[in-house]
Amino acid sequence: MEVVNSKGAVLSNYEVLRLLQEVCHQGTKGKRNITQTQTHLASIAFDTLKYLEKTQCKSQTSEVIQRFLESVKQFKLTKAEKLQLINLRPTTPVEMQLIIEESEDRLTEEQVEELISLVELHLPDPTASQMVNGQVTNQ
Amino acid sequence: MFQLAEIRHMVRIPPWLFGQTLNDAVIEELNRKLANKVVLNVGLCIALFDVTSLGDSYIFPGDGASHTRVTFRYVVFRPFMEEILEGVIKAADADGMHVSLGFYDDVYIRRDSMMTNSRYDETERSWVWDYKIEDDLHHLYMDIGERIRFRVVAEQFTDTTPAGPNLAEGENTVADRKDGKVPYIIYGAINDQGLGLVSWWTSNSAGQEEEEEMEEVEVGETS
Repeated sequence: MEVVNSKGAVLSNYEVLRLLQEVCHQGTKGKRNITQTQTHLASIAFDTLKYLEKTQCKSQTSEVIQRFLESVKQFKLTKAEKLQLINLRPTTPVEMQLIIEESEDRLTEEQVEELISLVELHLPDPTASQMVNGQVTNQ
Repeated sequence: MFQLAEIRHMVRIPPWLFGQTLNDAVIEELNRKLANKVVLNVGLCIALFDVTSLGDSYIFPGDGASHTRVTFRYVVFRPFMEEILEGVIKAADADGMHVSLGFYDDVYIRRDSMMTNSRYDETERSWVWDYKIEDDLHHLYMDIGERIRFRVVAEQFTDTTPAGPNLAEGENTVADRKDGKVPYIIYGAINDQGLGLVSWWTSNSAGQEEEEEMEEVEVGETS
């Protein structure tokens, strides 16, 4: 086994979530059940899904992410910063400063506020949608 | 936190998988080989992303299996340096804290990468951040089971393949873990504004418009 490129593309949490949901779905639907034939895959997929479902990416869709990326173009953020904005969905200035390096020099306070409002506008709040889901399942 | 690693490998497909299409058999074998394992200097393998190229299959004398050279991309857990992650505190001792992400358990936050004025409380068996604001001292406890946000500051891969044939018996991975050989360790830091327990910084939504100093006041109040 040789590693051609150990650092290829970086994936967002949402993409991994979708992939793993597909993997688990395949297992139940037919072909060969992965829980019996591939125990390693089944257990890591289950644990990772459980973790990801607690994060912000649960309620995201690819259109939402696309629109968000379009809207933050003007801030000239690095790839890693945009990725973390999507993964973590920061809503306070402290969190913003943490994610964006040297944010004091690169962004004014108004820009930070604008970025937060863009995050809140485009990326859905998982706690809000969870409530809806909870009600649906309760009924 | 997740990346794609491009790997080339000669996949051995045993005869009992010949009933499936080559593609399905390759996917199954790759997932069986790599899922939930750490590859040295690559990261913790999660699941196959896609197969980029499939070579010719060969049958070698004396072996009923077919061998195919495959290039594929695999989803691996490997956070980049300075990435911010969230996890749950699993254990604490005088040297630092042990954080779990659910699917990955080997995150360590050492005592020297915590906030200043942090100390280990022997009676509570947890770390405490003594936060001082206007002559008021607040004890912010970091209890086991709490959600914690940290910054990745270092990673360490260890080759856990057995050294000699005498070690090659039994459950190596289990034995290695007992010897303190962990294949992939991430070191985290919580010594910055916004790091530490998630609940410290999201205490109250009213603070969003306030400046950083106001945030700190709120933190003090909730403790």
